[in-house]
Amino acid sequence: MDTPHTNAPILQVEDLRVSFHTYAGEVKAVRGVSLELHEGEALAIVGESGCGKSVTAKAIMGLIHGKNTEIKPGSRILYHGENILEYNARQMRHYKGGECAIVFQDALASLNPTMRVGRQIMENLMIHKGMDRAEAAREAVRMLGLVGIPDPEKRVREYPHQFSGGMRQRVMIAIAFACAPRMLICDEPTTALDVTIQEQILELIRDLQRIHHTAVILITHDLGVVANMAQRVMVMYSGVVVECGSCEDIFYRPRHPYTWALIRSVPRLDLENKQALSNIPGAPPDLLNPPAGCPFCTRCDYCMDICREQMPAVTHFGKGHEAACWLHHPMAPHVDMPDLEAEQ
Amino acid sequence: MEAQKNTLLQVEHLKKYFQVGKSATLKAVDDVSFEIRRGETLGLVGESGCGKTTCGRTCIGLYSKTEGLVRFDGEDVHALSGKSRERFKRRAQMVFQDPYSSLDPRMTVAEIIGEGIDIHGLAESKNDRRDMIYRALEQVGLNQEHASRFVHEFSGGQRQRIGIARALAIQPEFIVLDEPISALDVSIQAQVVNLLIGLQQKMGLTYLFVAHDLSMVKHISDRVMVLYLGAMAEMTTSAELYAHPMHPYTKALLSAIPIPDPRVERRRAQAKIRLGGEVPSPINPPPGCKFQGRCPYATEACRRQSPPMRELRPGHFVACFHCPDA
Repeated sequence: MDTPHTNAPILQVEDLRVSFHTYAGEVKAVRGVSLELHEGEALAIVGESGCGKSVTAKAIMGLIHGKNTEIKPGSRILYHGENILEYNARQMRHYKGGECAIVFQDALASLNPTMRVGRQIMENLMIHKGMDRAEAAREAVRMLGLVGIPDPEKRVREYPHQFSGGMRQRVMIAIAFACAPRMLICDEPTTALDVTIQEQILELIRDLQRIHHTAVILITHDLGVVANMAQRVMVMYSGVVVECGSCEDIFYRPRHPYTWALIRSVPRLDLENKQALSNIPGAPPDLLNPPAGCPFCTRCDYCMDICREQMPAVTHFGKGHEAACWLHHPMAPHVDMPDLEAEQ
Repeated sequence: MEAQKNTLLQVEHLKKYFQVGKSATLKAVDDVSFEIRRGETLGLVGESGCGKTTCGRTCIGLYSKTEGLVRFDGEDVHALSGKSRERFKRRAQMVFQDPYSSLDPRMTVAEIIGEGIDIHGLAESKNDRRDMIYRALEQVGLNQEHASRFVHEFSGGQRQRIGIARALAIQPEFIVLDEPISALDVSIQAQVVNLLIGLQQKMGLTYLFVAHDLSMVKHISDRVMVLYLGAMAEMTTSAELYAHPMHPYTKALLSAIPIPDPRVERRRAQAKIRLGGEVPSPINPPPGCKFQGRCPYATEACRRQSPPMRELRPGHFVACFHCPDA
């Protein structure tokens, strides 16, 4: 899917800014994120913990509220052109679960422990699809079977604690897919699972995506999962998007020093041993006092004076590939970008 | 004889069972044998619940054994007492998975690192003790100023460095690393792994590296042992394991690990071996091969008895009836 999309995106996020007000001060978790999502597409958001990827996802899902959280004015989350931040309660209820669904990392904490899993799937169907009890119950059994849970007639009557980790994640996916949403957000769906189970879950998400043409936002820190699932990738660091492009662009032609360091910091199963892993010294900046300039400047090998003072502008490289780095400014010294494709 | 001199840790038919009720036995480690040579890193991989942590802890004497033998430099680890047990504990150390719960929040970093030095009476004077603490901190890339701080002031990667410094402070020869990086972010993982490799080269350490991340294990280890439900599936050098995996479980495990390269992933997509089902419970497991329930090649023989470890290629051990002899 390298060709640019001609149809309108189903989701557009424009300049999203989210802050949390804590005793220590204002934590600027997301500082101006923009993205687009098209039908049937899988977009991966990668980054280390605390970079704002989950907060971005929750904001898109309409789950950011409360008196200590603030979505800054000027932020827009457009779903089919409508700003969901301006939705009233009824519209929001239709959007959540009906149009857009989310699968969380920790299925045990996300499922209701006092409710049979069948009821938890039915709830969604009765609210959004207007099904009656019997109809929803039949559909719940069908959904459980669809996500590969053996003996679904019996298992709908069980509670979450009676399921294993992988099976719970399947239940979460069954709930998310029950109303055939147009958009699915997977927030680290396989991080808590073993690799052989991870493979099963990813396959399941891929299959359902193919059947329903669902657009998927996949949040992960595992670059292997990204390479396996995504068509487009967005790399976040310290609340901002540092690079965005097709999966190939990001893996073979990264244009931001953080992206290429990240790709080189993971060992590869299929390559020779003992190559020194790329070392990103230091740790991400404190979001209470984010630096004025590029957030990566303190850890970057190519840091210049301007990087510390001003946020870099976004440079476009065509086909939706863009990076925010001063190195691409015409006045910057020339740096050889690694060609990771040629290295192999 | 020469080989024996080189062996630091020798494990023979080690079993560790836990009694979990009147008639239920959890077989966490079930007949595992291996050896680790001096200066070598042995990687121990497997999915959660396969007994890799229990195996590491039993090897170092944190758990008593149920059956079998663990020899450290010729001495039976579980028969040690008094002075000789103290001496063993100085030579063998452990770094734990969770850098948040394995460090005492009420102790300063200097106290955490100094504890081992005091127990083993390694410092001759107060100044000597302080120097040893500083040296341990420097070895892991921290500095003297960190010594007087408390653990909550550090990030996950730094905490894991403190855990490593605590192990290093008493100059051990052998360290069991129990998932030392799985709680850390990718870029921080690379820092810690590079640190561990550097320390090993400098100080001639021997590692037992326990992890579930096979790509990282392959990167750091000389040899790798794959465990499934407490039993050994396959053991060989890390390059050989990837190039010629033989056990059906190893093959499935390797093919399930996504490689961070979209083109390679697309090529692999067709050839992926998909395992159905999940790891069964280790409580009262049925006889026979542990993997038979999920194995596509399982036959009657697999259900009757567990396959012995066979050396099918030089240095390449596999426990499977269906692997052809090389």
